[in-house]
Amino acid sequence: MSPRVVFPNRVLPYLLVAPQLAITLVFFYWPAGQALYQSMLKEDPFGLKSKFVWFDNFKKVLADPNYLYSLKVTVVFSVATAAVAMGVALLLAVMAEKVVRSKGFYRTLLIWPYAVAPAIAGMLFLFLFNPSIGSLAILLRKIGIAWDPVLNGTDAMTLLVAAAAWKQISYNFLFFVAGLQAIPKTLIEAAAIDGAKEMKRFWTITFPLLAPTTFFLLVINTTYAFFDTFGIVHAVTGGGPGKSTETLVYKVYNDGFVNLILGSSAAQSVILMVIVIALTAIQFRYVERKVHYG
Amino acid sequence: MTFRGLAAGVAATIVLCTTTSAFAVTQISWWHAMTGANAEVVDKIAKDFNASQKDYELVPVFKGTYPEALNAGIAAFRAKQAPDILQVFDVGTGVMMAAEGAVKPAADVLTEAGVQFDKSQYLPGIVAYYSKPDGTMLSFPYNSSSPILYYNKDIFQKAGLDVNSPPKTWNEVWDAAKKIKTSGAAACGFTSTWLTWIHTENFAAWNNVSWATQQNGLAGGDVELKINAPLFVNHFQALADLAKDGTFKYGGRTSEAKQLFLAGECGILTESSGGLGDIVKSGMNYGIGQLPYDSDAKDAPQNTTPGGASLWVFGGKSEEQYTGVAAFFTYLSKTEVQEYLHQKSGYLPVTLAAYEATKKSGFYEKNPGRETPILQMMGKAPTDNSKGVRLPNLPQVRDIQNEEYEKMLAGQQTAQQALDNAVSRGNAAIKEALGN
Repeated sequence: MSPRVVFPNRVLPYLLVAPQLAITLVFFYWPAGQALYQSMLKEDPFGLKSKFVWFDNFKKVLADPNYLYSLKVTVVFSVATAAVAMGVALLLAVMAEKVVRSKGFYRTLLIWPYAVAPAIAGMLFLFLFNPSIGSLAILLRKIGIAWDPVLNGTDAMTLLVAAAAWKQISYNFLFFVAGLQAIPKTLIEAAAIDGAKEMKRFWTITFPLLAPTTFFLLVINTTYAFFDTFGIVHAVTGGGPGKSTETLVYKVYNDGFVNLILGSSAAQSVILMVIVIALTAIQFRYVERKVHYG
Repeated sequence: MTFRGLAAGVAATIVLCTTTSAFAVTQISWWHAMTGANAEVVDKIAKDFNASQKDYELVPVFKGTYPEALNAGIAAFRAKQAPDILQVFDVGTGVMMAAEGAVKPAADVLTEAGVQFDKSQYLPGIVAYYSKPDGTMLSFPYNSSSPILYYNKDIFQKAGLDVNSPPKTWNEVWDAAKKIKTSGAAACGFTSTWLTWIHTENFAAWNNVSWATQQNGLAGGDVELKINAPLFVNHFQALADLAKDGTFKYGGRTSEAKQLFLAGECGILTESSGGLGDIVKSGMNYGIGQLPYDSDAKDAPQNTTPGGASLWVFGGKSEEQYTGVAAFFTYLSKTEVQEYLHQKSGYLPVTLAAYEATKKSGFYEKNPGRETPILQMMGKAPTDNSKGVRLPNLPQVRDIQNEEYEKMLAGQQTAQQALDNAVSRGNAAIKEALGN
């Protein structure tokens, strides 16, 4: 334990945290409070007539089969995105570790896509896989796959997952590379001398020792897929075909901004807020203790 | 997100307001949703209006797609920073009409500014749609359009179809589309933008069948959708059948299908007359026909209903600003301005004088087919089925229809199921919206 640091000045510490507090107040507590209030109102779009209805909006949202369907879509999307983004990143990281020459060059190339904005990533994939003009879509059709994300829900979901995962791979790659570098080489060399094959070494030494990184990335990737992919959905599918790619975040936008049902939209965003809080709590209170940090 | 959007809107308006004070002239803000060739028309009209007088400066601001512009306007109103003029698409008309107190009727703006406003100078079908049941004109029609049929003459030639006679009925369209597909003249025979507006709302009006009770919602009250009647079911089943082998190709919910036509992938397209600007720009060898009708419908063709958008004036502005808006509306009604708008963009002229002037100039002889949307709308006196459709939540009801149509086209349900679902879900949504 290091000795406790005490500030002799009583005001200074408060002043130092004030900017952060102000930002949190303005950009989180204030809008969150507004959303909470709005979620209990029944109102016309212009706000000319409004009625306080307590939890009616929540009851309606939770009883709506479309909302539950959207929840399912979100779970499928998030799990698939996290799995693809992390799996590919791990593979790339392990491979990049093995490269002897110009390691830095390859790594830099792999990190680049992270700098691309979600909407742009979406547009990129939209063009590549556009059924009529996309070069990759034409290729798919040539090998006999009836590719049609405009009408086929599974194709649309695949396209979304590919776009969302592609963007996140670089980020995961970065963390996995760092995690791999932290694993003592001596352990792996010792195992090699004992005659363990490469796969065996990976699964019994490298993978378990990467657990903290993997867990951290799992949480980050899930929250990313849940909340940070609005731009991609908006650019690529707009929630369609049907409702097959309407994630919870997209539904908040669609109900609030297109359909102008503000109360329901606000109630949905409050539910999302509760989900984020729950995810964070699980991360800090429960799972983080169970993961073995080397 | 709600708040981020709101904050951005507020910030933008604050910037606008602070710049206002720097000028001696009164600025009139106009939020619009026009892109491509049509955005050029907006800028040209604003520039010419500003050059024509020196008391007011009209500032057009592009606000995204139609729904985005509507939302931007609503968010700005809630933040007490509404623009003077907001362009709202036909579908948002019901939303704006329900917002009494937020908007100022266009007719009042004009008369209070001392402008002689004679409603009979305007195309009756269009003005009626943007008026209250008592006849007060609420918004000023800016760009009115009507769905028509476009066809690619090169593809028609290759498929051995008559390039000078576009299909007139839907059955003829299906036949021509099949021929295009089987002859290999193009990858797909037929595509269409806006299945809701063209194949549902205008399909009903053009074939003189009911889209919903209460005169399609124009008479107000509780409205029930009627779009699962046999005529609709047959039409959509035909589309679903043609979609199976790609003879009909679905592009998307709004105007995405226009690209399929421009790229030469599909031979026939039904699309708004307002899409003409881009088709002319592309330089393709196209032809225009009137919107096809259903040969099983007794009174078809009846008349089509106006689509497009109109200009709404927000309430609570200064007298000076209203006078400026009135000056702009007066300028916009001028025959030469309307002529320019009509001939450049394919939207309809809103005054009879502009229509007559265009006719006299020989424009229609030189550009065959350009008169089609006007004739479609004015051909017959409208019936209760063909004055237009209006719901307080039409955007949402259209969304529901789109979802059901997409499931149908993907082969997950029949046309009957799709339309039944669209009706029951749509009716529930309308009830909910009216219960406000």
